[in-house]
Amino acid sequence: MSDSNNSIRPRGSRVGEAAAKMRADKLSAWFGGKQALREITLPLVERKVTAVIGPSGCGKSTFIRCLNRMHEVVVDARTAGDVLLDGRSIYGMDVDPVRVRRRVGMVFQKPNPFPTMSIRDNVLAGLRLSGVDPSDGGALVEEVLGQAALWEEVKDALDRPGGALSGGQQQRLCIARCLALQPEVVLMDEPCSSLDPAATAKIEELIHDLRDRYTIVVVTHSMQQAARVSDFTAFFYLGELVEYDHADVIFTKPSDPRTEDYITGRFG
Amino acid sequence: MTPELESAYSGRKLVARVATIASAGAVLLALVPLAAIFAFVVSRGLRGLSLAFFTEPVGVRGAGMANAIVGTIELVFLASAMGIPLGIAAGLYLAEYASTWLARTVRFAADVLAGVPSILVGVVVYATVVVRMKQYSAFAGAASLAIVMFPLVARTTDELARTVPDSLREAALALGASRWRTAIFVVLRTAAPGIRSGCLLAVARVCGETAPLLFTAYNNRFYSESLFAPTSTLQVQIFTYTMTANDDWHAQAWAAALVLVAIVVVLNVIARRVLVEREAA
Repeated sequence: MSDSNNSIRPRGSRVGEAAAKMRADKLSAWFGGKQALREITLPLVERKVTAVIGPSGCGKSTFIRCLNRMHEVVVDARTAGDVLLDGRSIYGMDVDPVRVRRRVGMVFQKPNPFPTMSIRDNVLAGLRLSGVDPSDGGALVEEVLGQAALWEEVKDALDRPGGALSGGQQQRLCIARCLALQPEVVLMDEPCSSLDPAATAKIEELIHDLRDRYTIVVVTHSMQQAARVSDFTAFFYLGELVEYDHADVIFTKPSDPRTEDYITGRFG
Repeated sequence: MTPELESAYSGRKLVARVATIASAGAVLLALVPLAAIFAFVVSRGLRGLSLAFFTEPVGVRGAGMANAIVGTIELVFLASAMGIPLGIAAGLYLAEYASTWLARTVRFAADVLAGVPSILVGVVVYATVVVRMKQYSAFAGAASLAIVMFPLVARTTDELARTVPDSLREAALALGASRWRTAIFVVLRTAAPGIRSGCLLAVARVCGETAPLLFTAYNNRFYSESLFAPTSTLQVQIFTYTMTANDDWHAQAWAAALVLVAIVVVLNVIARRVLVEREAA
C-alpha cells in the first residue's frame, strides 16, 4: 500500500488497526447501477462497540450488511473490495456465506421473531435451521435469554409464541436468538429505532454488557445513542466514510467540518 | 358545515345506502342457486338412499354404490398424495426464485394449465398412461386428478409464500440457514394455514371432476382389484346412470350426487377441525 493511499484516508482510521477483529478494505457496494458505498476502509475492534452513524441513505446499513454477506441477498446487489474476519477474506471464492453468518450474527431494525415459533423455539431456531438438534437446549435457552436480559420476564412463558411479546422484548428475543449461535461479531442495524425510550434504554444497557464477549457493530441514527454505547464511532456521509475515531474524539473534537455539522444537528 | 358541504354529504349518504342495499341483494341472488342445488340434491338424493347403497357394489342385484364411494375416496387420496407435495414444492420455488426466467415460465404454464379444460387432461393421460399400460386404472385416474390439482396448489402456495415478509427470510438467512431450509422451515411454516385451505379447495375441486376420469379410471361394476385396474367413482357412475332411461338408475344417480356433496362437506369439516386443533395446540 503506497503513501498516497494513506493520505486520502480519513484522519484517525489507523485507530484500532492492531486490535481489529474485522476490517473493511476499500469496500464498495451497489444496488443495481446505484453505488451505495465508496471504498470504505475501517477496522472493527475486537470486544469493543463500534457505532456507525450518519444521515438516512448514507450507506450505514448497507455497510454492516456487507460484513455478514447479507447485502448480496438483495436482487442486483453487488460488492467490490474486501472484508477480513480474523485476517481472512469473507468474500473469497471458497468461503460459504452460511459459515460467515454463523460467526457474524445480525439483529435487524424491526424485531423479527418467527411468529409460528414459541419463545424457546425462536432461541433455538438458529441451531435447528442449521440442522443441529441442541441436546442441552434448556440450558442454552436460559443462558442466552439471561445474556439478553429477558430470562426473568419470560421464564414461565417459554411456550408462548414469540410474536406475543412487546416490541422491546421481541428485540431482546432476537438478540438472544443471535447469541445462541455463539457468534464472534454481533451486527445491530438500528436495533432501537422501533422501540420506546424504556425499551431503548434496556437494549443500550444490554449492548454495554455484551461488549466483554462480542465484537459489536451498531448502526444508529441517534447521536446520543452512539455517544452512550460506543467505544469507536464512524461517520458515514453519501456512501463515504468521513471520519472514524474513538467515540469521545468524534463527539468532542471532530476533525471534519461535515462530522461537526452532523453531530451538532445542522443537517441529517 | 357549510350548506354546500351539507347537501353534498346527504347526497353521498343516499348513494352509500343504495349501494349497500344493492350489494346485499347481489349476495342473496348468488345464494339462491347454491341453496337450490343443495335443496334439490338432498330431496332427490334421499329417496334413492338405502343401506344397500353403502354396502353393495354397482354390479350386485338391488345394487348400491359402495365400490364407487371407495373408488372416489381412493382416487382423491392418491391424487392428493401426488399433486399436493409437487404443487407445494413448485409453489415454493416460484415464490423464492420469483424473478428468474424459469419461475416466470412455470408460473405462466401453471396459469394456463389451470385454465385448460379438464377433459383435455384426461385425453393426455389416456394417450400417455392408459395406452402405454394397455389398461384403464385408478392410477391413471389419480394422475389426471393430480394434474388438475397441481396448478391450483402451486399458485396458492406461490401467492401465500410471497406474502411472508422478507424480514423473516432475512432473519433465517442471517442465522446461517441455507436458502432451502429458510424456504421450508420459515416461509412454508409461516404460510402453512393458508396453504392448507388452498389444498383443501383443490381436493374439493377434484372430488367433483368427472371429465378426466372418463377415459382414465373408466368404470367398474365391482370393487377394483388393484390400483392398475379400472375403478369406479361416484362422478363417473352419476354420469353413466344419468345417460340411461331407467328411473331407478336416475334415483341412484341423485343419491350418489348427495353422497358426493356430503363427502366434500365432511372433508371440509374434518380439515377445518384439524386446523383449529393445530392452531390451539
